Amino acid sequence: MLADKDRIFTNLYGYQSFGLAAAKLRGDWDGTKEILEKGADWIVGEMKASGLRGRGGAGFPTGLKWSFMPKESDGRPQYLVVNADEGEPGTCKDREIIRHDPHKLIEGCLVAGFAMRACAAYIYIRGEFVHEADVLETAIQEAYAAGLIGDNACGIGYKFDIYVHRGAGAYICGEETALIESIEGKKGQPRMKPPFPANVGLYGCPTTVNNVESIAVAPTILRRGGAWFAGLGRQNNTGTKLFCISGHVNNPCNVEEEMGVSLKELIDTHAGGVRGGWDNLLAIIPGGSSVHLLPKNICDTVCMDYDALKAEGSGLGTAAVIVMDKSTDIIRAIARLSEFYYHESCGQCTPCREGTGWMSRVMQRLVTGDAEIAEIDMLLDVTKKVEGHTICALGDAAAWPIQGLLRHFRPEVERRILDHKKSRNAA
Amino acid sequence: MNIRVRNAENFEFTPENLEWVEGQLAKYPKDRAQSAVMPLLTRAQEQNNGWVSRAVMEYVADFLGMPYIRVQEVATFYSMYNLKPVGRHVIEVCTTTPCWLRGSDDVVAACKAELGIEFGETTGDGEFTLLEVECAGACVNAPVIAYRKEYYEDLDAASTRKFIRAIKSGGQLASGPQNGRHKSAALSGPTTLKEFCAVAGGQD
Ligand SMILES: Cc1cc2nc3c(=O)[nH]c(=O)nc-3n(C[C@H](O)[C@H](O)[C@H](O)COP(=O)(O)O)c2cc1C
Ligand code: SF4
Ligand code: FES
Repeated sequence: MLADKDRIFTNLYGYQSFGLAAAKLRGDWDGTKEILEKGADWIVGEMKASGLRGRGGAGFPTGLKWSFMPKESDGRPQYLVVNADEGEPGTCKDREIIRHDPHKLIEGCLVAGFAMRACAAYIYIRGEFVHEADVLETAIQEAYAAGLIGDNACGIGYKFDIYVHRGAGAYICGEETALIESIEGKKGQPRMKPPFPANVGLYGCPTTVNNVESIAVAPTILRRGGAWFAGLGRQNNTGTKLFCISGHVNNPCNVEEEMGVSLKELIDTHAGGVRGGWDNLLAIIPGGSSVHLLPKNICDTVCMDYDALKAEGSGLGTAAVIVMDKSTDIIRAIARLSEFYYHESCGQCTPCREGTGWMSRVMQRLVTGDAEIAEIDMLLDVTKKVEGHTICALGDAAAWPIQGLLRHFRPEVERRILDHKKSRNAA
Repeated sequence: MNIRVRNAENFEFTPENLEWVEGQLAKYPKDRAQSAVMPLLTRAQEQNNGWVSRAVMEYVADFLGMPYIRVQEVATFYSMYNLKPVGRHVIEVCTTTPCWLRGSDDVVAACKAELGIEFGETTGDGEFTLLEVECAGACVNAPVIAYRKEYYEDLDAASTRKFIRAIKSGGQLASGPQNGRHKSAALSGPTTLKEFCAVAGGQD
């Protein structure tokens, strides 16, 4: 397990001030100028060496992503966009970074922006995070006033601005191209790829979109070295990670742990264990609402990293761990997620627009059992027709929870249908 | 914050908001004023008693030199724009799975009982509107209510009633966890960083 000396987010719980003076005492903005003076290639190289993979859900290697940005400008400005739209059910880590450790994010924007030759960063924060956005804007003003960013960032003659753009309630704007559309003042509907944002992004300019956590860990990685980060966790799954542990545990909480920590240890050590004891566990969604749930027997031994969870047919996603004990109506728990995706579909492509509504309606009937057994396979078939056939991954995200349910809890779904029939016949 | 005229036929920003708008426009490239449509709608909604009327959309469209339909598209796409009048106090209850697992049904029931309205409704005296929202992004502090600019967290039936009664009597409880815990640390105290957490003072 992780030692405190290897924790990046030392003010995760906000026991200390978020302000610049306190942040500096915690080590932020220490030697930033020297880091920048080592040059863009060095920064990208260290990020690659760290093995950091994007913390927004998809797990794409961060250093590699930065290296896709054009090295020679064709005259168009380049942008860094930070994704602070945090809306994946179960996930609440970026909020803590922003309200308690905003200078980690601001310093991260500078080093990342510098490494990809960006002139500015736009931080897109979900509209509901009003308090958090206010804190962030205050911290940005502090950084400007101290000359850390702005016309002559850290005194190295590089001009770099940071702007906060507030959303207004739309989960889909977390998808990177929808987010770009939203900053441009449009409905947040994802774009077809290619072209990818690194070629045609914000305002038609080269753009990189990264999650808050991906950017906020960068300064510490650069100070301590890529090798330090890579030494935590295991190969291809390195570093530390913020885990959000919600649901039926004794002490729900956020915590930074080493990548690859065992799921059981994570919950027992930090969240006070499963309500009623580990044997009272029914299932866990390990990576935010869109990944497959895991039944208890897999939870007994699984480790929390990209590859270990993928091997179990699930995923690390955003590392939001949603715990459900044996009192849970697991069908209803998943049906509520289907309703969520139906509500959040942007309606642009037919399989998603029609499919999420259809799936949600069938799931509602499965909750009461008012369905035919044959509909289970029909539902599974529809999830396969949606998955992979849409413009963005929201279609997949709507399909996977249902697939996970049917994979591990099909007998429960069938039983409910049969019970419903029995009670109807008796009536 | 500003002049409160219900169902105003006309809308224009107050001088104070106009000044704020200038700061917003400065964030985006000069030929990209449309980027400011969301912040402008948000601020206009605040000024307009919490909802976006046709007059508001027309004003914002003219202001930014956008076709009206583009502004309307934005206003109807994002859930935080209210397209009809709302009460003075808008209570938003999260009911997505992580909140539901921690008892959001009880929170919803307490709100409905205390206010005598269903989701989507406004009390007869125009004081309260109750809305159901999707994941607020604070799931380890579930169940969650969003009110004004803050979150009320770790709620149950009793603390929800207390929260609403405080508003009814003209006050407002302190935001954050309502069960005595500190932010998103474990209720029994943080399991990590104990030295950092013990440092006194300087808290925001
Ligand atoms: C429907 C949908 C919602 C998403 N929501 C978020 C989000 O709230 N925050 C986030 O960082 N990434 C979100 N993503 C992933 C982004 O598209 C993108 O992959 C990510 O921001 C890249 O950052 P990273 O490489 O640092 O992980 C979402 C993706 C989809 C398909
Ligand atoms: S998959 Fe759904 S959310 Fe994504 S673009 Fe298509 S309709 Fe919109
Ligand atoms: S589900 Fe309610 S805050 Fe996330």
